[in-house]
Amino acid sequence: MKRLLVRLLREKPLGAAGAVICLVFLFCGIFADFLAPYGYNQISLLNRVKPPSGQFFFGTDNLGRDVFSRCLYGAQLSVIIGFSGAALATAISAVIGIVSGYLGGKTDLVTQRFVDAWMSFPELIILIVVVSVLGPGMGQIIVVLGLLLGIGGSRIIRGTVVSVRENMYVHAAQSMGAGTLRILWRHVLPNVMPPLIVLFTNRVGAVILAESGLSFLGFGVPPPAPTWGGMLSGSGRAYMYQGPWLALAPGLCLTFVVYAIAMLGDALRDLLDPRMRGSR
Amino acid sequence: MPPSPLLQVRDLTTEFRTERGTVRAVNGVSFDVFPGETLAIVGESGSGKSVTALSVLRLIPTPPGRIAGGEVLFDGQNLLNLTEHQMQRVRGNSIAMIFQEPMSSLNPSLPIGMQIAEPLNVHHNTPWAKAIDAAKTLLSRVRVPDAARRVDAWPHQFSGGMRQRAMIAMALANAPRLLIADEPTTALDVTVQAQILDLLKEVTRETGSSLILITHDLGVVARYADRVAVMYGGRLVESGTATDIYERPSHPYTIGLMASVPRLDSAAGSRLTAIDGQPPDLAALPPGCAFAPRCRNVHARCGEAVPVLREVAPNHLSACFLHDT
Repeated sequence: MKRLLVRLLREKPLGAAGAVICLVFLFCGIFADFLAPYGYNQISLLNRVKPPSGQFFFGTDNLGRDVFSRCLYGAQLSVIIGFSGAALATAISAVIGIVSGYLGGKTDLVTQRFVDAWMSFPELIILIVVVSVLGPGMGQIIVVLGLLLGIGGSRIIRGTVVSVRENMYVHAAQSMGAGTLRILWRHVLPNVMPPLIVLFTNRVGAVILAESGLSFLGFGVPPPAPTWGGMLSGSGRAYMYQGPWLALAPGLCLTFVVYAIAMLGDALRDLLDPRMRGSR
Repeated sequence: MPPSPLLQVRDLTTEFRTERGTVRAVNGVSFDVFPGETLAIVGESGSGKSVTALSVLRLIPTPPGRIAGGEVLFDGQNLLNLTEHQMQRVRGNSIAMIFQEPMSSLNPSLPIGMQIAEPLNVHHNTPWAKAIDAAKTLLSRVRVPDAARRVDAWPHQFSGGMRQRAMIAMALANAPRLLIADEPTTALDVTVQAQILDLLKEVTRETGSSLILITHDLGVVARYADRVAVMYGGRLVESGTATDIYERPSHPYTIGLMASVPRLDSAAGSRLTAIDGQPPDLAALPPGCAFAPRCRNVHARCGEAVPVLREVAPNHLSACFLHDT
């Protein structure tokens, strides 16, 4: 683990920068309640649309709420939604991809046609329909995004599994008397870990973006919850000319976080490749 | 009275469905393996020797493959009648297999020690810590230097020969009564080949387990095998002791094989003779003897019926019509 960190710093400076931003993001998200100087819905009509200052780091919005505090609470929501959504998506991808790819034959055929059918629906339409039916809320968004990205991502894992399955060590494991579950768990899963990790990091970013998009359209977590997407579409869009910081603050948060996650994911993929382990 | 065989294969037939029809990769093969002996199965590529080995362990991918008939009696029990779950308890426990590609037979994502320890964990639920200790002993038994440290190594840090040693250690983990080595040295350097085969011979002698050695290298056969079975076109064409096969080859194919191998005792300047023609196409075997198109002694009967194995000397069988006259 220590060696991994050293190598991350030395060989992947961009990835290391991404890791630092991700850590700051996580820290802000987890400790938002302690870090934020004001409540996310603390209205102060005397301080409407104030530019950034020592008192309000990122300025205030049209209701006089502190944008810095709202961004911190927004990070909290993004952390929760991003990580649980991505975890669900990756788990679904792994289960579908590994089972379908390893068993092959009819199971594979049926599963893949189902995945095809699912993927042929435009994502946004499914999201909007589900949210319209179930009503907006964090739980719905996590489950729907997890399912949506998970089923699509299973393709990538299945492809890797199909090539891993043909490896001699899988046959060797069969000849050793290992059962299917053991082979999947100990011999297939570790060898699809690199794509799974990349998929997970990629999905964290994608879920955060998708959630912002939904909130922007008004289908996300309902106000006054301070989601970054909601901030962009609400006060951000309406008061962009009077207070550009209203759009810039959540927009930049979103950009930096998604970019940092992608950089870290790429760096991890290269570093975790078992063929590169032990090499300089 | 001779000991009863450990493994009796009777009329084993394995088929593969292909686009060109059903291919019989193994066609009515019968042989015995006695406790403690080394049986070499010899044949060229596509003669069915690997499929025979995989059929014994029921590792034929199904579909397209299928064991169409016969019996595989291990210790009197027909392995072909076991359920898949029962079969899993045989594999790696009483029968273990070593493959020909040591470079890819080890899982790149697991340390060597864990992989050697895995058969113990699979079959006896040995806790990992104890199993890894056993792996250290196994590694030193297959002459890997500094075994205590090497159990934590990764496969990519091992050379081909070392990996094959690790594979042998893995196969030995549960002290199997039968080892099947499918061309264990084909992918290795010549000097390493001899070391690996010596090692295999040594460990089988120590444990008294039997060995089926699948190879196309007749030099290997002469040095390591007690008995030899020669396969051609999915059928067994000759079997006997190693001495029988080398000194008194009887089937024209075996005679041809022997003539194509350089010998130290051959006259200076003499040329090696090759067997003319191509190995048979299993999807379109000739109606009679599969070797007939390439045989120097071919006559009319060879195209009509398939010759059966008959005893040309005690325990020396050969399938050729020449022996009838």
